Amino acid sequence: MLNQTVSELSAALSAQKISSVELTKLFIARAKSLNPRLNAFITLDEDRALADARVADERRGKGEGGPLTGVPIAHKDIYCTRGMLTTCGSRMLANFVSPYDAHVIERFGAAGAVLLGKTNMDEFAMGSSNETSHFGPVKNPWDAARVPGGSSGGSAAAVAARMSPAATGTDTGGSIRQPAALTGVSGLKPTYGVVSRFGMIAFASSLDQGGPLGKSAEDLALLMNVMAGFDPRDSTSLERPKEDYTRSLKMDLKGLRIGLPREFFADGLDADVRARVLEAVKWYEGQGAKTVEVALPAAALAVPVYYVIAPAEASSNLSRFDGVRYGHRAKEYADLADMYRKTRAEGFGAEVKRRILVGTYVLSHGYYDAYYLQAQKVRRLIARDFAAAFEQCDLIAGPTAPSTAFALGEKTEDPVQMYLNDIFTIPAPLAGLPGLSIPCGFDAQGLPVGLQIMGNYFSEARMLGAAHRYQQATDWHLRVPKETPL
Amino acid sequence: MIRFRLLPASLSRGICGTFPPMSLRPDQVRRIATLARIELKADEEQGVAERLNRVLGLIDQIQKQDTAGIEPMAHPLDGHVPVAQRLRPDQVTEQDSRAEFQKIAPAVEGGLYLVPKVIE
Repeated sequence: MLNQTVSELSAALSAQKISSVELTKLFIARAKSLNPRLNAFITLDEDRALADARVADERRGKGEGGPLTGVPIAHKDIYCTRGMLTTCGSRMLANFVSPYDAHVIERFGAAGAVLLGKTNMDEFAMGSSNETSHFGPVKNPWDAARVPGGSSGGSAAAVAARMSPAATGTDTGGSIRQPAALTGVSGLKPTYGVVSRFGMIAFASSLDQGGPLGKSAEDLALLMNVMAGFDPRDSTSLERPKEDYTRSLKMDLKGLRIGLPREFFADGLDADVRARVLEAVKWYEGQGAKTVEVALPAAALAVPVYYVIAPAEASSNLSRFDGVRYGHRAKEYADLADMYRKTRAEGFGAEVKRRILVGTYVLSHGYYDAYYLQAQKVRRLIARDFAAAFEQCDLIAGPTAPSTAFALGEKTEDPVQMYLNDIFTIPAPLAGLPGLSIPCGFDAQGLPVGLQIMGNYFSEARMLGAAHRYQQATDWHLRVPKETPL
Repeated sequence: MIRFRLLPASLSRGICGTFPPMSLRPDQVRRIATLARIELKADEEQGVAERLNRVLGLIDQIQKQDTAGIEPMAHPLDGHVPVAQRLRPDQVTEQDSRAEFQKIAPAVEGGLYLVPKVIE
């Protein structure tokens, strides 16, 4: 049961082979036994999960509900959850019990999914290794001395270690795709505006987008059917007709044009990662897909552009944490200004402070044009490169990350080395485009490699279809990490 | 030490000239921290300045790009969907949740949020 996909579990629930209460107990037991080692969950709420499961069993008993009714799902601790701790991985919110539900939490609730718990993450989603969490780093289930990636590292590790059948995450510069790649699971960052951000704690608002992590692309499609859709409470939510994200799972790969950006295969890419990605591309060619070389020259500047825009927006978004209405407040202070300064000095960790300071600097008088405005101009060039590439191809394929999982502590001393880890995942969100990562094999050390597939705006169903076809022919996504045997 | 192996060689050499500044001095870092309302202890300044300067070294790369005539892009779907802000009818949609919201506040009294005295 633990290694079954959401679609298989859903079928087992439908056929009454297992009840949601039994299934939930199974995953809770597994999560509880592995969490002391992996630290994937910040909150595991057994009572809440079992209550959800009983309701789901009743609904299924009456012939109601949908594919996710009774299926346990873990949520990144960035999604506000009514009556439950919602920390965003920060000391600032270590005591924050949300008075309301995020849109995504509401949608999974309405679909009858079981809320298994809240997953660990880099503080305020700022990090690529899950080492910036106030609640300690998450360990990679494939090698506990290595990072799971970030910022949705807890969600990725929980799915990889089979502690949860699937999970939610958020992606600003790669925070769904990069941890999915480093832990051997599948993850999708949808087109900007497809998933409502109401109740999703903001980091960089022109980039942030919620999305699913799961074992298979088919599972991602099932979760997208629940998560996606218009919400008037998010001013960037797009008013579009409802989509069935499973509709292209049986797509024909014959004639599909796959673009290979030459910048994604340049020097600096790990040799094993390159080999596995090119093997996957070869498989697609074997199915009748055509590959074409494309160029994304401005993407060479994607990392520096991102580290202007994201910190600038973060410095504005995080100004709300002032110790007045909720969250941490310093114990001792001289006056109001001192209370703000001490509250924020104590409540935020080093990386979050660094990004707030960078953001404050690039937005400050005299530097705004040179940094923020210039970054927004280069951002348009990056988006134009993608538009030109998609004239020549239907999907773009490449590596998700330049290497497999790195060691805990390896990149914590130099922020720039950490930032460069997102070099392949940052371009798509700068252009608002969707991207996904699926497992495509292992390196010589037995660590998973991720294949990234990017598509044009609103082409998630086609991307998921192409990924699903590959997963029907391979079993990388069903391999269980050796440190967490079933 | 910092190598941009995935960036073109021309971008790896750093920026010449006087702008933007190659590195922030501790007093500049102090000023930024004041603007951001974050207390920096004296013994933290050096380390924070060092790491900030590494990040600035990275982001200064964007100065090399010629962007003459390019419009800044503030919304990622600019050019693909109408990106104007949607307006809603001017109607009350929220209910009063003051008691619930104040339950999680650090200090409240009589329905008000308490902060240190601002006006003498």
